[in-house]
Amino acid sequence: MRREVPLAITAIVGFTLIVVYFIPHPPFNHFRNFFEDLFFIVAAFAIWLGCLNLLKVNADRFYFKRKGWPFAIVVWFGFFLMVIVGFWDGRGFMNPGTTFYYLYDILYYPLNATMFSILAFFVASASYRAFRARNKEATMLLVAAMVVMLGRVPFGYYLSSWLPEGWRLGNITDWVMDFPQTAGQRAIMIGIALGIVSSSLRVLLGLERTFASGE
Amino acid sequence: MVETIGIWIAAILTLGIFSFLYKDNPFYKFCESLFVGVSAGYWFATTFWQVMMPKLVDNLAAGRWIYIIGGIFGILMLLRLFPKIGWISRWSLALVVGTTAGLYFTRYLVSNGMVQTENTIMPIFVTGNLPQTIGNLVIVVGTFCGLVYFFFSKEHKGTFGGFAKVGIWFIMVSFGASFGYTVMSRMSLLLGRLDYLFGTWLGLIK
Amino acid sequence: MSFLEKLLAIDRRIIFLFIAIAAALPLFFTVKLHIEVTPIVNNVYNALEALPPGSKVLLSMDYDPGSMPELQPMAESFLRYCFLRDLKVIIIGLWPNGPIQANIALEEVFKDEEVKNRNPQYGIDYVNLGYTVGNEVVVERMGSDIPATFPKDYTGNKTEDLPLMKGVKNYNNIDFVYNLSAGYPGTYEWVIFAVDPYKIKLAAGNTAVQAPLVYPYVQSGQLIGVLGGMKGGAEFEIATGKPAKAVKYMFSQSVTHAVICFFILIGNFAYFATRKKKGS
Repeated sequence: MRREVPLAITAIVGFTLIVVYFIPHPPFNHFRNFFEDLFFIVAAFAIWLGCLNLLKVNADRFYFKRKGWPFAIVVWFGFFLMVIVGFWDGRGFMNPGTTFYYLYDILYYPLNATMFSILAFFVASASYRAFRARNKEATMLLVAAMVVMLGRVPFGYYLSSWLPEGWRLGNITDWVMDFPQTAGQRAIMIGIALGIVSSSLRVLLGLERTFASGE
Repeated sequence: MVETIGIWIAAILTLGIFSFLYKDNPFYKFCESLFVGVSAGYWFATTFWQVMMPKLVDNLAAGRWIYIIGGIFGILMLLRLFPKIGWISRWSLALVVGTTAGLYFTRYLVSNGMVQTENTIMPIFVTGNLPQTIGNLVIVVGTFCGLVYFFFSKEHKGTFGGFAKVGIWFIMVSFGASFGYTVMSRMSLLLGRLDYLFGTWLGLIK
Repeated sequence: MSFLEKLLAIDRRIIFLFIAIAAALPLFFTVKLHIEVTPIVNNVYNALEALPPGSKVLLSMDYDPGSMPELQPMAESFLRYCFLRDLKVIIIGLWPNGPIQANIALEEVFKDEEVKNRNPQYGIDYVNLGYTVGNEVVVERMGSDIPATFPKDYTGNKTEDLPLMKGVKNYNNIDFVYNLSAGYPGTYEWVIFAVDPYKIKLAAGNTAVQAPLVYPYVQSGQLIGVLGGMKGGAEFEIATGKPAKAVKYMFSQSVTHAVICFFILIGNFAYFATRKKKGS
């Protein structure tokens, strides 16, 4: 019951979706639509699960006075502020002029944007400390990075404008991106695709069952 | 007035996150925790109004009772919060895994496997366009050697090892280009915040 | 400790300071720069130009404020272009922030005098169908039924009742799809779950981090073109004849790139010089 039911659900849903790829007609397409609609609802509950778990973890942190416990209150405050205002504003909660929209603008937007922006400093620091032409491979990586960095901004144009058209940094960047870069990315892409296909098949055939047994 | 207060709050929170660059501190921790809470709250409210209501509640209200199955699977998912009966949530998880595996199996095989392979091989020689022909050859050689590099069932020695070596060169160029673009991306994000601080908040940039 | 060794062991906060100055200082200057429109961006512009007025364009906003400086200018320039060309825009989001980011972009675009004169109407010239959880499954489901995937718009109006959505059942009724993506779900998913199975015309605007990953799709023709990062956004603004935010930032972007390259060169010089010294 604990293991067989999940494996059966996975196989039924998965193989139906494979069959419908080749036979997109009734009744298979109706099954597909139904499974996909169920997926949306379950995925929404999964998001709620994540949110509730966050509250639970922070409640524990506060109750047992674990490290940084006062900040658990801040997490709770932020969560309920958005939820209460979001529910209060009703279905049009994303409309400009609503309180939710205002909170998004003054809290979510600056916090999110700044959190990602500080990566700029770490990228710069890493470039200085770790980006070394130690061997042939590392040199190729370094040269490609510098060509792209300069060739993709107007500065690159001014730096190489004395060169004939077609040989400027921008042109070289275009060539690197269109051919060797594409080739490398494509090899990775095809490799990942083969991995995904084989993993999917293993899951559907029940050979990969860790998700069903929790082991 | 409300707008000004909002700009000040946003600016102070921005400085709070930036303060981490000097060293970890309580002001940063406050901002970080607030961000976590606000994000979760945003997702919760959005999921309620834009998924739960139209896809579950409205359908049930309209008498389409079949959607109750989605609701049941969803509630089973929430049982994960209770360790003793948490195993039931695997039934809902199975629906998600099955849907994803079923879709991925065919779609990845076609789009990233077959179409990509087909377009690698197809137009190599372009009459009257030598740079394009050279480029196409580069793509064929690079993709093939890159794939050889990822083949770990055979030791990378001899001719095979040579192909793998060429493959790693192409992959290094790709990583280098990705690094260059990553720098561009991160700097853009920083510019956005600095523009907010010096422009929107302090009014120094027009 | 020699000067070079000291240079290698420099406090990271000094590097941070250099970067902050390099990024901030140029923002105070207005410099007109030469920005070339690359073929990969030109492809997007040409594909849009080929659409007759009244065509239905799907805009998928798949990012959050973390990528706003890169993608918001693209959203604004695209919406402005669509309104001026009388292309009908259907907005959706695979990320929960997508619809609200679209509203922020629309607020900005409506400040434009030319757009104001056109007076785009909600429900007729554009709609915002909101967000649906499910990532690539949403893209897949839209292939069979868009109103079933988004039964109501972001304010709760029934999708089928919106004038613009009359007769829109699935991708067959959409002329062009434009995806602004910062990761998963995004351009990858649009190509895999919509371009190949449903033969849609897709162009994308990506964060610079993601742009190199989708180049193979451009070469294979699965993707018409891509706007890579802020530079891609600036090129599109130039192509549409309306230089805006992305163009404004290009001077700062150039300076920061130059500073990073300088750091890499100095770091390598110091590293090899000290190694040589130790070796001898």
